[in-house]
Amino acid sequence: MSVSMPKEDLRTLSRRQSILSGLSAAVGSGTLISDEAGLRAFETDALTAYRTAPLAVVLPTSTSEVVSIAKFCAKNCVKLVARGAGTSLSGGAIPTGDAIVIGLSRMNRVLDVNIPDRTATVEAGITNLAISNAVAHARFFYAPDPSSQLACTIGGNIAMNSGGAHCLKYGVTTNNILKLKMVLMDGEVVELGGDFLDGQGYDFLGLATGSEGQFGIVTEATVRILSQPEGARPVLIGFDSAEAAGGCVAAIIADGLIPVALEFMDKPAIRICEEFAKAGYPLDVEAMLIVEVEGAPLEIEDQIGRIGEIASRFNPKTLRVSQSDAQSAAIWKGRKAAFGAVGRVADYLCMDGVIPLGKLAEVLKEVEAVGNRHGLRVANIFHAGDGNLHPMIMYNANDEHEKVIAEQCGSDILKLCVDAGGCLTGEHGVGIEKRELMRYQYSEADLLQQMRVKAAFDPQWLLNYGKVFPLDLQERFAAEARAHV
Amino acid sequence: MSDVTMPTTEAELADFVKAARASGTPIEVCGFRSKREAGRPANCAAIVSTAKLGGITFYEPSELVVRARAGTPLHELEATLARKNQELAFEPADLSRIYGTDSMAASLGAVAAMNISGPRRVLRGAARDYLLGLRAINGEGETINSGGRVMKNVTGVDLTRGLCGSWGTLAVITELTFKVLPRAPETRTVFFVGLADEAAVGVMSAAMGTPYEVSGTVHLHGALVARLADPEIAPAKTALTALRLEGSPQSLTHRIDKLRRLLSPFGESYELDHERSRFFWADIRSLAFLSARFDRPLWRISVAPSRAAPIVRALSAFLDVRAAYEWSGGLLWLELPPSADASVTDVRRVLAEYDADSMLMRAPRSVRSGIEVFHPQPVAKMNLVRAVKKSFDPEGILNPGRMYAGV
Repeated sequence: MSVSMPKEDLRTLSRRQSILSGLSAAVGSGTLISDEAGLRAFETDALTAYRTAPLAVVLPTSTSEVVSIAKFCAKNCVKLVARGAGTSLSGGAIPTGDAIVIGLSRMNRVLDVNIPDRTATVEAGITNLAISNAVAHARFFYAPDPSSQLACTIGGNIAMNSGGAHCLKYGVTTNNILKLKMVLMDGEVVELGGDFLDGQGYDFLGLATGSEGQFGIVTEATVRILSQPEGARPVLIGFDSAEAAGGCVAAIIADGLIPVALEFMDKPAIRICEEFAKAGYPLDVEAMLIVEVEGAPLEIEDQIGRIGEIASRFNPKTLRVSQSDAQSAAIWKGRKAAFGAVGRVADYLCMDGVIPLGKLAEVLKEVEAVGNRHGLRVANIFHAGDGNLHPMIMYNANDEHEKVIAEQCGSDILKLCVDAGGCLTGEHGVGIEKRELMRYQYSEADLLQQMRVKAAFDPQWLLNYGKVFPLDLQERFAAEARAHV
Repeated sequence: MSDVTMPTTEAELADFVKAARASGTPIEVCGFRSKREAGRPANCAAIVSTAKLGGITFYEPSELVVRARAGTPLHELEATLARKNQELAFEPADLSRIYGTDSMAASLGAVAAMNISGPRRVLRGAARDYLLGLRAINGEGETINSGGRVMKNVTGVDLTRGLCGSWGTLAVITELTFKVLPRAPETRTVFFVGLADEAAVGVMSAAMGTPYEVSGTVHLHGALVARLADPEIAPAKTALTALRLEGSPQSLTHRIDKLRRLLSPFGESYELDHERSRFFWADIRSLAFLSARFDRPLWRISVAPSRAAPIVRALSAFLDVRAAYEWSGGLLWLELPPSADASVTDVRRVLAEYDADSMLMRAPRSVRSGIEVFHPQPVAKMNLVRAVKKSFDPEGILNPGRMYAGV
């Protein structure tokens, strides 16, 4: 394994029994899991290549139970890892053996829906899609829609600042959260933001969103909900080259259009998805775009007309405007099934780099070259509107050597994204996966500043230890913190 | 008064901060000094300005990204974007009227440092939502780089947002990268007259709950309407409730038609065409409806729309309140009669019964040094404020006291 986990605290491990008995009092009406089989369910998340069973798992049912658990852990200097549905692709919820996992899946209620004020207040363990479902009766929805929205929790979305296909228009999690109730490690409950727009004062809401569970344990969130559009329709456009597809994306945006989604698939991805989903994708093209526009029927017509006109400048081989709900569903079916489809063909690592749009064709060529250099196939699917690449590196997980090569290939691709002016992660987070690459994007001063802010929230460095920051830096910070205790 | 130091490079600025840190000299951070009368007065021995750190350093219209140094005048950036039919979609409000300064003297750095958004915030988001990345000098004199130029970025802690709205108390912002959006070709406005506050908030909230993309809402008391420039609207001096829509002409016709039909139970509505709409919303953006009198305290209240009218009603029981409701009621501007303490006790006593955030936007310096200008925070949150301040500025030399006493 190329990602090393932090050394476990032997003093904590030696106190296991007394920690378990103390915890059972702290967890109240919630559940404490400490048997081997039970713990195994929490040893990894969606980054399944890595796994470690935690010391124990607690499943609280209220904020006050979370407070008791945090206080207990702080007092006893035990590490704590918050977990939602465990769908993190970067290992954000993978525990260490000396940590307690605090699973929030039982805190999944809708606490309040306020249509006139356009807000919904929910507990952290509710799924993203359940929020939209809770407001659908009034034709409202919660806009950020990560691909895992059926399973992932809002707490996890907040930790990772998640976003999906529709974020070009609606923004990501941080743009759609108004207020968080957060339990700090010392047991203080703070409310960050409010059920209103833009209070003054430090933007703790902004700092906490995307902090990968390292600042506090979010138990409740008030989110902005939006009115559903009158209608939406996708267009599928196939091109002879990635350059043409990339050029078309840039031209659409330069023309003043902001489609609600702008998805890109390369030839390997089209083929794999088509074999799986039978969505009717063209197999004779090198790259394909799915462009979705929304609004009133008239507006949709107008935008689709303009997109057709722009696309024609790039000699499309296919241009298919959806004519019905069934056709729209078919166009999206392949795209939405992409991760499952690739999984059927091979084990794969899904990368998550972001690049400036202008570098699209150039970076895709280099991604292919990197794959060839490592002797691995790479399929590309991504949100072209915001440059968020998802190269899927296919390999054989049973071959330890190939696994290492695949990770090296992924690392090279992410570096390429940074070199192109982009970043290491657009929506999956750093987790354990990209922790050591942080030095590639940030200077030591940048990283230390981020870490000092983290320490302002969690001075003992107990929350989700071993994630986000290069391990040696964390160990240095934690040692200093311990010296002060 | 101290001299203003105006570094011409980021490195010079960093050296200045390092020297100030070494000597323990508190420094006031500013751009063109057009908002010196905002916030708590900072008591500093030196002033550093980013006025000479200006200029657009990168603009790629097809990627919807622009980068500029903090000292770039806002109007200069907006003119550049306009040439490509693009804009800052959060439509930063022009605060020059309330501070009696030159509207051309707003710097881009101040827009981010104060997180200033205008009418379109209600639909499109705030300044902080469009900030993709920044460079800044922290209180140690170190250069900090955060975010970048791409739309999505979750690499590490979001210091970009952390610094947005921090009023120069954590770091001196030197360069900013913003997401921009295309400008709508046309704008039109639907308005109602004479609505009571509750009904007006009802109209605005109902409008925002439709799919018709209302991009600005305002409700003004009659006394404030009289200050608008529109020669047909101003003389009426009756309450006005306006809703803006933007887009292509065909789409606007369709959406306005549907919206007016939907809102007809609230009363008769009228319409402003493209030209008059533009002037009307330019007035709203520049807060032309507020008094320019410096002795009149001005409060800015952030609140859920449904609580806005009850707050105004409660305060009106004992104060002569003139109110403007923006963001469908989510942003209240309250103009109060002159008083020795800007009516802080009354305002905060009423707000204690509602969940809201208050800020005294304008009052004489002596008043602002004696009271809490920003909304008072509970102890646990003030501890976080202090800890975060210390993490950026351990010696507390950047704009000390500007936001909170002792911070």
